[in-house]
Amino acid sequence: MHPRREQQIIYLPFTPKQNFEFCSDRGCASHERSLTQIKFNKEGDLLFSCSKDHIINVWFSHNGERLGTYNGHNGTVWTIDVDSQSRFLVSGSADNEMRLWSVQTGKCLFVWEFPTAVKRVSFSDDDEQIVCITEQRMGHQGAIRIFNVHRDGDGTAQDLEPVSMFHPVGSKATVCAFPYMPGLILTGHESGKVALFDASTGEEVLSNERAHMDVVTDLQLSPDGSYFITSSKDKTARIHDAKTLIVLKTFPTETPLNSAALAPNMPYVLLGGGQEAMSVTTTSLRQGKFEARFWHRIFEEEVGRVKGHFGPLNTIAVHPAGTAYASGGEDGFVRVHHFDESYFKARPYGEVEILN
Amino acid sequence: MATPHELDIDFSDIEEKYKVRLEEGFDHILVVDGVPVIDKSKLEKLLAKIAKEFTRKGAAIKPDDVSVPWNEKTGKSNGYAFIEFRNADAATYALNELNGHPFDAKHTFLVNRFTDIEKFADLDETYVEPQREEYLTKEHLRAWLADPQGRDQYVTYRGDEVSIRWHGRPSQCEVAFEDNQNLRTELYVSWSPLGTYIAALYRQGIRLYGGPSFQLQARFFHPFVRLIDFSPCEQYLVTWSHEPIVVAENIPKGPRSFSTEDEGNNIAIWDIKTGHLLRTFPSILPEGEGAKKQMAWPALKWSPDDKYTARLTPGQQISVYELPSMGLQGKKSLKIEGVVDFEWCPHGEKEREDAAKASKKPTENMLAYWTPEVANQPARVTLLDFPGRTVLRQKNLFNVSECKLYWQNQGDFLCVRVDRHTKTKKSIFCNLEIFRVREKDFPVEVVELKDTVTDFSWEPKGERFAIVSSSDPNLGNPGPGVTIKTDISFYQLDRSKNDFKLLRTLAGRTTNTIRWSPRGRHVVLATVGSTSKSELEFWDLDFNSDDVVKKDPPKEEWNSGIQQLGVADHYGVTDVEWDPSGRYLATAASAWTHTIENGYAIWDFRGQEIEKRLLDRFKQFLWRPRAPSLLTKEQKRTIRRNLKEYARAFDEADAAEETSVSAELVAQRKRAVDEWNAWRVRVAEDIAEIRPEREPHGGAAAARKEKVEEEEDKEEIEVWIDEVIEQFEEVVE
Repeated sequence: MHPRREQQIIYLPFTPKQNFEFCSDRGCASHERSLTQIKFNKEGDLLFSCSKDHIINVWFSHNGERLGTYNGHNGTVWTIDVDSQSRFLVSGSADNEMRLWSVQTGKCLFVWEFPTAVKRVSFSDDDEQIVCITEQRMGHQGAIRIFNVHRDGDGTAQDLEPVSMFHPVGSKATVCAFPYMPGLILTGHESGKVALFDASTGEEVLSNERAHMDVVTDLQLSPDGSYFITSSKDKTARIHDAKTLIVLKTFPTETPLNSAALAPNMPYVLLGGGQEAMSVTTTSLRQGKFEARFWHRIFEEEVGRVKGHFGPLNTIAVHPAGTAYASGGEDGFVRVHHFDESYFKARPYGEVEILN
Repeated sequence: MATPHELDIDFSDIEEKYKVRLEEGFDHILVVDGVPVIDKSKLEKLLAKIAKEFTRKGAAIKPDDVSVPWNEKTGKSNGYAFIEFRNADAATYALNELNGHPFDAKHTFLVNRFTDIEKFADLDETYVEPQREEYLTKEHLRAWLADPQGRDQYVTYRGDEVSIRWHGRPSQCEVAFEDNQNLRTELYVSWSPLGTYIAALYRQGIRLYGGPSFQLQARFFHPFVRLIDFSPCEQYLVTWSHEPIVVAENIPKGPRSFSTEDEGNNIAIWDIKTGHLLRTFPSILPEGEGAKKQMAWPALKWSPDDKYTARLTPGQQISVYELPSMGLQGKKSLKIEGVVDFEWCPHGEKEREDAAKASKKPTENMLAYWTPEVANQPARVTLLDFPGRTVLRQKNLFNVSECKLYWQNQGDFLCVRVDRHTKTKKSIFCNLEIFRVREKDFPVEVVELKDTVTDFSWEPKGERFAIVSSSDPNLGNPGPGVTIKTDISFYQLDRSKNDFKLLRTLAGRTTNTIRWSPRGRHVVLATVGSTSKSELEFWDLDFNSDDVVKKDPPKEEWNSGIQQLGVADHYGVTDVEWDPSGRYLATAASAWTHTIENGYAIWDFRGQEIEKRLLDRFKQFLWRPRAPSLLTKEQKRTIRRNLKEYARAFDEADAAEETSVSAELVAQRKRAVDEWNAWRVRVAEDIAEIRPEREPHGGAAAARKEKVEEEEDKEEIEVWIDEVIEQFEEVVE
């Protein structure tokens, strides 16, 4: 008999210090339907969330108090992004509109209208540009458009026409971002492809067709934009080199993943997902289903899990300083977890110097 | 209008080409040898018989087509005949079908082409030394048993991939074979009972693979085969296809393929070594209205020595066939009115040893069957020896609604689980009638129970059994999400009183499956197929006693040896199997049943997880069975006595393994970190080139971190500021 083999999961000795659940029974009108995306601003003091209930909310991340709402969309708000100065918020919705908001006042500054729903928006690093993906539907091709943002003035004077627009051929794009290389757009596709497009010509510069085996559900860049993490319905998350699109790390799980985030300053990644409601045959809340999973970024090993949600996790965001993270679920809850001391002190693999 | 010019042309070449060829060959004539020698008076009868025999095989001829030459001197026939067919094709067909055909007990047809006779007659008489064929060493089919580490193998079937792996220490769990060009399957795979072959099912039939490189050993052509069954000694194979056999025209005939008389049948019996088809049968579906239209499988039950195979015709008879001829033994079936089910008595180690010694007479086979209550007859369980066909023991039973026969694997005991109904026929309770087969007159013990028994299992090579009983009202109408509450009870033979006594009952479980270790003593209780429960319990029934003194009667308290070793959970478990050595247990969640968290896990006998793999589209896990040990009893005893010495070597190997694994892991991690850090440095340089104005990333993060730390040190001060934006006074007149 050989001795018991080392456990596969080395659990981190941390428990989330504070839990804020933005839920209706605490008196604050939260989301009534499933969350679609959550975002921290650059300082991490504000948390933006959007959901299928047409409303965008902004919260104080340290205590969960709601600061305000952005009302105006008439459909599921699929996506949001906030600029680095926390001045403008951009949102995309199933009502075929992309809106620009003033973060401070909650006023809608500008509305772009498209033939189909907006699935993904993202600010560039310098806040000068917005990239958006519109759905392929009703005879309209899926399109990627890039808009210039006129930051001077009150922000209401924007160009209706994009500076660039192109239709990716083949599988439709689901997620996009600006990488650190200028003039390029990074996309993830329904087929599992990850590609780089020339922002002005729309030409596919580089692609990795087999990056994933199924829909790419999320794409989040590292702070310097040099690498990024993707999650997919193929039950894996992967870290890619943004320049070469080579897969650097793979994190295989047992459920379809909806979101993946990188934890700054710590060598971990956070993954969220779960079986979709329609494919869950059991009513019992099984352990390990609807949890945020922590994996070691380099060793590709699971290091911990945090329970809480009653449904699949749709979106995960980490505080830019790496001190907290938030998850938005199919259950309509946003949960914010602040890491405690032990999380920062834990060295499950001994002292190893890992560059961020 | 032939011109003189034309008349000069020589047409001979064209004439030659288009000449009508008369049927002048003798291809359509066959010479049949081995025909009985007769005199004139019987000629007509013989001709009719030959014609009938040929027609029955699908080669239709009339008696007129047969001509029998006569020896005028003796006035008898010469023992052969000429048969004329319609054409050469029909002759070829008849040649294939009837060459070697037994005409009667003494005569076998030897069929040749008429045209070949001359060829054979003119054969060169001088003997030419045949070329000696190069001897090709074949792979040893049981090579895996000689593994120096004593590992076991298992096969997994996932998606379309079949792979065979070793299971041992963590560093020795390697892939033994994985080649999806050669070893594939379209339905599932199956090991033969002694592990020699692995069978793969294809649309066209079965392929058997074996040897260290899993080369093709045999194939059996049975289109759309769905079920297979091996005989216990791996000599024969039974296959079943839902599609009745159809004999295609263009397929070569021979002993390995179906012939016309097999058409319409579903079950085929094959000889594994030669690949020959032995016989086919139609499948028997249970008759009667409301009966579950499910065929019993295995359709043929084998005697443990591969000598006989028996087929049940429910309610009528048991037909026992002798092998390899597949003829009905004794030319008649066992007519048993109402017979529902039967089982052969397995052979234990004792019988196997006896069989090895040639001096001893081979032991007779034994089978047990039961008949329900018919008219005024009580239900009855009968033990019958075979081929002697004498009734050894009979037991009458009353108020029986269902019986099930369970042999202990050494053939020491037979348990008949009798589901009995009360007089009102409203409720069912259970009796266990246990026959002690090794004793004179086959004494029967009865264990009466109040509940319904859902599962029964003998301890292999032991004197204990375990039952799952339940009084749950939901029993019998299973619904989704309903998990039935059960009790588990262990019984043991009390040698002093010669009856079976309750050892212990574990109440309030959800267990529905009992899996004894193949070596006995250890048992796993599992909840299989439930959506909410998936518990595994590992028990040891001889916790206090050492293996060495196992056979001694327990001197301590009756049930003190029962101890739970561990509890585990495998979500969605569908299959639970011990490895053949009884050291490890494998559990699997198969995609055939559900699609959540498919994969498999391997546990040791204490319930500690050793390996767990979650694999999408995982379907099948099978341990490779082992052939019985070749060691004698004395050799085994010596090994057991010197166990401590052997153990030392294993302990050392374990320790070495552990250090090497951890060293390797540390090195691997260091490599990963170095690789990552080197890449980060390169990327940082790259970014600096593209965006020189941008702060290098590391610095930004550090700065941010500092900022955070600063913030943490700071005291929080709240200041309310009243800002007066505008102030004016209005004078109200």
